[in-house]
Amino acid sequence: MTILALDWALVIEKLIMIAIIVFASLGIALYTTFAERKVAAILQDRPGPSRAGPFGLLQPLADGLKLIMKEEIIPNAANKWLFILGPGLAMTASLMTCAVIPWGSAIDIFGRHVELQIADVNIGILYVFAVVSMGVYGIMIGGWASNNKFSLMSALRAASQAISYELAMGLALIALLMTTGSLSLKTIVEQQVQGSWWNIVYQPLGFLIFFITAMAECNRTPFDLPEAENELNFGYHQEYSSMKLGFYLFAEYINMIMSSAIMASMYFGGYDLPFFNEASVAPNIAAMIGVGTLLIKIVLFIFLFMWIRWTIPRFRYDQLMGLGWKTLIPLALFNMLLTGAVILAKL
Amino acid sequence: MNTLEILFFALSAFAIVSAIMVLVSKNPIHSVLWLILVFFAISGHYILLNAQFLAIVNIIVYAGAIMVLFLFVIMLMNVKNEKEPQKKLLTKFIGVISGGSLLVLLISLVKQTSQLQGKQVLMKEGTIGLIHPLGKALFNDYVLPFEISSVLFLSAMVGAVIIGKK
Repeated sequence: MTILALDWALVIEKLIMIAIIVFASLGIALYTTFAERKVAAILQDRPGPSRAGPFGLLQPLADGLKLIMKEEIIPNAANKWLFILGPGLAMTASLMTCAVIPWGSAIDIFGRHVELQIADVNIGILYVFAVVSMGVYGIMIGGWASNNKFSLMSALRAASQAISYELAMGLALIALLMTTGSLSLKTIVEQQVQGSWWNIVYQPLGFLIFFITAMAECNRTPFDLPEAENELNFGYHQEYSSMKLGFYLFAEYINMIMSSAIMASMYFGGYDLPFFNEASVAPNIAAMIGVGTLLIKIVLFIFLFMWIRWTIPRFRYDQLMGLGWKTLIPLALFNMLLTGAVILAKL
Repeated sequence: MNTLEILFFALSAFAIVSAIMVLVSKNPIHSVLWLILVFFAISGHYILLNAQFLAIVNIIVYAGAIMVLFLFVIMLMNVKNEKEPQKKLLTKFIGVISGGSLLVLLISLVKQTSQLQGKQVLMKEGTIGLIHPLGKALFNDYVLPFEISSVLFLSAMVGAVIIGKK
């Protein structure tokens, strides 16, 4: 019988890695909520959360406990199945992105050569794109199933915003892929480790467009139109309570972490520590330094996201659409043509 | 039965059940959501054929973009399942003719499958669905049809912009 002729050691290795990465992302997301409140407090010149534990460090646990203890409410007129499916889908989609991100080079542990990446598929970047486009369904289904006109309006806004900005994101990405010649994130990072420059040097305009669109895809201010509280009350999660609301809020932070990881991998060398020769230390230590480097880059990006959120006011809806369709897409097309011309001239 | 065959039959059953649910769901939103599951099952089949690029493009384009627009339109029109308006006789007649011609087309396709009897599908191998061979094939062997279809898309876009400006 060879029904399940699998390499069980590999399966267990991957399962352990998935568990580590999922729990690490959840933990980082927990403390990102805390960091958000602290950064906001510093930018607004006030102390921020400081009561729970030393420096308020236990605040996220208190917040989580509060969310879990709240009453679960499903509105009478809501579509029950889809109402529950919405937050689950949002959370699943944001966690699924981590499958193709290379968190470091390889380590040797118990005689096994373990790549610090869950799946090195040769379409890595497109996979991320597909998962991101699935994330919209969480918002749309949740907003529609609540049977509330504000939620529905917000869901429609979220969907049209996501579709509009995905176009510019894809075009910015095409220019990068033209220079790397590969869709695999591992290959893209390895090229930057071995090459002399990071991709940001070749694609500054592409990175700017990608960063702006990533911010829009994560529904972060100044693009948080779907949850604009002064026009839509609370947006698509208005009818949600307890941990279902928590899932929506959490999914946003995990999206932020994942998009930071992807930007770091594609434009800023991923796990590459600059001016440091990885061959000068043992491979395992070099891999750990790589993981730490990537985490630092992610933290810097998250700080940038927060800095922008607490500095720039929200766009109006027509301004948002205008920026997406009339500025970013032509700019991205120009960037693509420019990259193509340079590649042709070099041939 | 090896692992691949189990996966194949599970995915096929999944696709057929979801496709039936698309038809029998009373609520149009549910139909759209089942249709998304059909696309996922078909992408699973592509992955079994080692056509990773096709699989992911199927999800991005159909499940990710077109179905979002479907949902969008249905949510905006707020179609209720009870109040479906009664169609005119002419509309019904046209519907029967176009549906019937689609059925004839599908039957002719099913008849052709007798040629495929006793042939094996290339599972897990075969490279045409990967991005490099597919790109080479599109831009070398099929460059003219490819460009013509892009012009078709452009004309559709221009049409949409003109309708939008009215």
